[in-house]
Amino acid sequence: MSAAPLAHFDSAQRQYESATLGMWVFLATELMFFVPLFLAYARGRVEFGDAFAAARRHTDAAIGTVNTAILLTSSLCVAIAVRSAMLAAELSQTQGRHSAEIDRHLRAASRFLWLTVLLGVLFLALKAVEYRSEWAEHLVPWLDFRFAADHRTGAGYFYLAYFAMTGVHAVHMIVGVSLVATLAVRLGRGDADRANAVAMTGLYWHCIDAIWVFLYPLLYLVGRHA
Amino acid sequence: MNEQPETVFHSASALGAQVDTLFLALLGITGTAALAVAATVVAFTIRYRAGSKVNRNDPPVRAPWVEVSWTVLPLLIFMGVFAWSSAVFSQFYRAPSNAVRIHVLAKQWMWKLEHANGKREIDELHVPLGVPIELTMTSEDAIHSFYIPAFRVKQDVLPARYTSLWFTATRVGRFNLFCAEFCGTDHSRMHGAVVVMPPAQFAQWLASGPIEPDLVTRGARIYRDYGCSGCHEPKSTVHAPGLIDLYGSVVHLSDGATAVADDNYLRDSILLPKKQVPAGFEPTMPSFQGQLDEDDLAALLAYLRSMPGATR
Amino acid sequence: MSTDESKVLDRPSYLRDGYTLRSWLLTRDHKRIALLYMFSITGFFFLGGAAATIIRIELMTPGADLVDARTYNELFTAHGVIMVWFFLIPSIPATLGNFLIPLMIGAQEVAFPRLNLASWYVYTLGGIFVLITLIAGGVDTGWTFYTPFSTLFSNSNVVLAVVGVFIVGFSSIFTGLNFIVTVHRLRAPGMTWFRLPLFVWANYATSLIVVLATPVLAMTLVLIAFERITHVGIFDPSLGGDPIFFQHLFWFYSHPAVYIMVLPAMGVASEIIPCFARRPVFGYRAMTYAIMAIAVIGFLVWGHHMFVSGQSMYASIVFSLLSFLVAIPSAVKVFNWTATLYKGSIALSSPMLYALGFVGLFTIGGLTGLFLAATAVDVHLTDTYFVVAHFHYIMVGGTVMAYLGGLHFWWPKIVGRMYPETWARIAAVSIFVGFNLTFFPQYILGSLGMPRRYHTYAPQYQLLNDFSSLGAGVMAIGYVLPLAYLLYAMLRGQPAPPNPWNAAGLEWQTSSPPPQQNFDRTTPAVGEPYDYGRSTPAQGQGARTPEGAQS
Repeated sequence: MSAAPLAHFDSAQRQYESATLGMWVFLATELMFFVPLFLAYARGRVEFGDAFAAARRHTDAAIGTVNTAILLTSSLCVAIAVRSAMLAAELSQTQGRHSAEIDRHLRAASRFLWLTVLLGVLFLALKAVEYRSEWAEHLVPWLDFRFAADHRTGAGYFYLAYFAMTGVHAVHMIVGVSLVATLAVRLGRGDADRANAVAMTGLYWHCIDAIWVFLYPLLYLVGRHA
Repeated sequence: MNEQPETVFHSASALGAQVDTLFLALLGITGTAALAVAATVVAFTIRYRAGSKVNRNDPPVRAPWVEVSWTVLPLLIFMGVFAWSSAVFSQFYRAPSNAVRIHVLAKQWMWKLEHANGKREIDELHVPLGVPIELTMTSEDAIHSFYIPAFRVKQDVLPARYTSLWFTATRVGRFNLFCAEFCGTDHSRMHGAVVVMPPAQFAQWLASGPIEPDLVTRGARIYRDYGCSGCHEPKSTVHAPGLIDLYGSVVHLSDGATAVADDNYLRDSILLPKKQVPAGFEPTMPSFQGQLDEDDLAALLAYLRSMPGATR
Repeated sequence: MSTDESKVLDRPSYLRDGYTLRSWLLTRDHKRIALLYMFSITGFFFLGGAAATIIRIELMTPGADLVDARTYNELFTAHGVIMVWFFLIPSIPATLGNFLIPLMIGAQEVAFPRLNLASWYVYTLGGIFVLITLIAGGVDTGWTFYTPFSTLFSNSNVVLAVVGVFIVGFSSIFTGLNFIVTVHRLRAPGMTWFRLPLFVWANYATSLIVVLATPVLAMTLVLIAFERITHVGIFDPSLGGDPIFFQHLFWFYSHPAVYIMVLPAMGVASEIIPCFARRPVFGYRAMTYAIMAIAVIGFLVWGHHMFVSGQSMYASIVFSLLSFLVAIPSAVKVFNWTATLYKGSIALSSPMLYALGFVGLFTIGGLTGLFLAATAVDVHLTDTYFVVAHFHYIMVGGTVMAYLGGLHFWWPKIVGRMYPETWARIAAVSIFVGFNLTFFPQYILGSLGMPRRYHTYAPQYQLLNDFSSLGAGVMAIGYVLPLAYLLYAMLRGQPAPPNPWNAAGLEWQTSSPPPQQNFDRTTPAVGEPYDYGRSTPAQGQGARTPEGAQS
């Protein structure tokens, strides 16, 4: 919990609860944002069965799997960082002053946040590599798309859904990385009052991760060995 | 000659009469409800106006039985109307099997129509009185909507798909045809007319004037020229589905599902042959996308429908 | 009673708490943000109204006289986009909701004041995009952006327009999020859920709809823009796409959107009617259940916009059933408002005129919805002027009337001054008469088959169109009146006491206008809602008066 609550909250507890509820509501909106994309994918799967499966065999399962591992690890880092930040804030409140113990927790939190940033950037870099290779293979629907004639329509539709889903996800990753980096800097400077912000950002990061956990099987795994 | 102005209760089609009855009932129900609410509000406002000397003791904040009644009663009425409407609505989707087929092609901003015998019209549709007519419609560009207010029928017309609409005209005359889905600059000028004629006069009209070869003949020629018979004839060495009794039948697909071989199924089979492959066949049919235009497709479909075993 | 402001307050009212432009543009006070919104949406209302004026003048004759077809199409699109997203959706929540919700629950502020300010700036940014769209030559797809016309065939500024709507959607989401957290977490001690005023319930339910439905619209708009720019997309049939899929996505948001527009209006009516009938609302709990039922069932009926779209007959029948069901809670609300008049002591003040007008017009609009829910009849009526009349009865006869009623009811609280009652009554009646004259003929036009979005029409429809345009003129005058006298009142009206209407509700327990922190020193005492006629008569809400006030 942060030190002094904002004026219109009668307690720090109230402020924390409000921030948490606010973040959960926001995450609900993020989920709804992805719904049309999942529906588009589902429609394509039903309409174009074979072509969809054929298209899906061309996604890079290696990069996809590595990226999944990266994200899951990053979520672990975030969780550790959140815990450290909250310990630091609690100590700061009870002790009312700065101490070595608090600094240790803050440094730990900062480090794990930087690790998260690193992993996030790595994810995005691999995504960029993947996109580039897909462009080279003429799998980008609006840039000289080429596919076996009998599956062309369904494959084109698959790749539209693929780029839309992973693209929107990547945008959210960029936002997440920026937020985490900002907090990492603040914590690194000894700001012990950021526990709320770290917890909320952590929730956001976990949500983006959770969405990826659904994207991964749909775009890389299903029907791969059919 | 101008089209007849529509009237609210005097439709010109068989289904239209049923719709009007339902409309009238709805008018009665909603009108009564509106008047009842209005009268009550006015009565209360007058009777209980500030300063009036009436009994205001214990204004009730609940009245369970009354509340249940005014919840359940509307619910029952609504369910009754729903059931009635659904019954009429389902008839919109059940064209009689002897309906005369006419093809409609909508484009920005005109209606192109073609009768089975090849006679074409633009922005006008001549039909015989008392004969069920089924329109098979598609669009070349945006979504349009074929609307004959006097017949109480309307159906959106989509690109790359067929939709259909059927009616039986019950009055002779000239009726408005409007486009009812916004489709661009001259949407409101996509105005046409449906001309209902007595059957004898219609037959005369149909046989007159410049006529192309009828749809079935054209379709047969396309079937031959594009090599369809090469695979689909019984004598062919290629294993392809027979087409003789295909139209209207139930097809078992390779993924286990079933489909009815209707206009959209046949259209997709020609343009997107990998989409729904019949069970027991390889997906080897080539696509004719880009080689056949809407007119050609309409003719092919007419030919397939004309085959001996075709059912609705 | 007249209570001098200075005797009531230790601190200045929120209006006087800083006079600089900066103090307004960087405010975190929900009351000031409400006024910022009020200023913006009033501007957009009259801009959208100007488009409607040109439309109605053009429609006085069957032919094209005033504008060409393309311009006409751009006008009705502008009218729809502006009125739906820049007026109706924010109107009651962002102005009255922002001002009143913290007051009504006994809080000092909303949960996230900076987010609140941000939502106004986001709204303004969206508005700028739409204004740029208009200046750049407009967009002609209709506010519904149906594909493939919007993605492949329109030659207008589609991308600019959808970007503007995309942005303003986030303004809506931020406000909704704020309200949800505020109502959950910032209620004063003793303010339990079932003591909340129905206005709060209504805005809470609205906020739930907003946060769940608006993101779907946002993504759908992104997909349109994408398809338009790259020329491939998931709605284009040539790449296996489906234009009907667009309609499903669009209406999945846009149907709940109409409940976003009408639920807050119902909340306003529920505040005004008990006050001027001097009795508690009838069936408080039933009202709350009805509000939540409307919100939930409202998510399940979107396919009733698509009965003739080519969707399956069975889907249409299911959507029809659900559409009939959603009418039931609305009917219950109408009956409860009516019953609230029973054994009351009714004063036909201007807010009450608006509230009763709302009930009447909403009832008519709602009943005509039954025609449209009935599939067989909808085939004839969909895409005609019958639908146009139906939704204008609800949105204008309903929401706008309620919004005006709420503005009048709470104007003394907001600006601390009374407005001239006679002019207010004249305006209310003019608007009511003008409205009916404008839109009732449109039900008949639709039944006679006149399609909507028609620049030119068959001559047989002219007489009814002329009635409609005449009514629009009367209505326009009616709308200008409140603009004039409410502004006048703000500057020169009689100073208002804390509770000029003797109304119940915590907002009336503080001064008019309130201080920046809403309640001076003590948190207000919370009792049962709509406590009319039960406690001691002097002040309407028990003997609770603001500290320092003279009885």
